[in-house]
Amino acid sequence: MLSKKEKELIIEIWEKLTPVAADIGSDALLRMFASYPGTKTYFSHLDISARSRHLLFHGKKIVQAITEGAKDISQLTVTLAPLQTLHAYQLRIDPTNFKVQLFSHCMLVALACHMGDDFTAVAHAAMDKFLSAFAAVLAEKYR
Amino acid sequence: MVKFTEQERDVVRAVWEKVDVDEIGPEALIRVLITYPWTERYFGKFGDLFSISAVSTNAKLAEHGKVVLRSLGRAVEDMDNIKKTYAELSRLHCEKIHVDPDNFRLLADCITITIACKLKSTFNSNVQATWQKFLTAVVEAMTSQYN
Repeated sequence: MLSKKEKELIIEIWEKLTPVAADIGSDALLRMFASYPGTKTYFSHLDISARSRHLLFHGKKIVQAITEGAKDISQLTVTLAPLQTLHAYQLRIDPTNFKVQLFSHCMLVALACHMGDDFTAVAHAAMDKFLSAFAAVLAEKYR
Repeated sequence: MVKFTEQERDVVRAVWEKVDVDEIGPEALIRVLITYPWTERYFGKFGDLFSISAVSTNAKLAEHGKVVLRSLGRAVEDMDNIKKTYAELSRLHCEKIHVDPDNFRLLADCITITIACKLKSTFNSNVQATWQKFLTAVVEAMTSQYN
C-alpha cells in the first residue's frame, strides 16, 4: 500500500528521470543481463550490448511505461492493459523475471547508482512497493 | 561449493575496500526495516522501531548493522570458506533467533543497494553481478544449517 506522500515521491522521481529514460532503462536491463544471464534468452533477436541502439530504445520504452504507470497508480490495470497482453500472449516472458531479484531489483540498483544519497531509504521503500505492484499487474493476464 | 575466479575476488575486494562498515551497516539495516516492515518482528528487544524516524535513529539497530557488516568482512577475507565462516551464525539464526531465511536475501539486496548509492557509476553491471554472486554465497551459507 502506498501512502499519498509515497505516490507523490514516485511521480517526482520518474518525472525527473524522463530526460535520461534511455540511460536508466538500458542500465537496468544491462544489470539484469549481467546478474541473471538466463534473462538474455528473451532478447536473442536483438543486439543487447552496452549502449546498443536496441538496448537504449528498449530501456527508454520500459522507463516511459513505468513513468506513465506512476501518474495514477490506482489505475495500473487500465494503463498497463496493452502491455499485459503483449507480455502474456506474444512475448510470453516468465513473469518471475519481472520481480524482486530480477528486473525490479536491477531497476532499484540503477536508480541507486544514478541518484546516490538522494535514493533515500524512504524513496527506496516506496519504489520497491511501486515496482512490485507494477510487476504484479503486468503478470495478471498470464493465467 | 561456489568458486570465484581471481578477477571476481579482486572485484569483491575492491568493493569492500570502499565500504565504511560503520556507515553502510546501519544504513542497510535501516533500509531493511523501512522497506520490509515485517522484519521488525526480529528486533523486539531493540525498543521503538514503529516509525521511519524511530528506525532511522535507533542506536541498537545501528550497532547491529555494524556487527552484521563486520561479519561480511570475514567472508571477504576467506572467500573459499564462506560456508564454514557462517555455520555457527546460521545455527544461531535458526535455533535461537528463528529468522525466516528469506530475510537474508532481503538484507543482501539492501546491502547491495546501499553500496550502489555510495559507489554510483563505479558499481557497474559487471561489478554488481560479481558482488551479488558473493552475497548469494553468503546467503546460502547463512541458510545452510537450517533444519
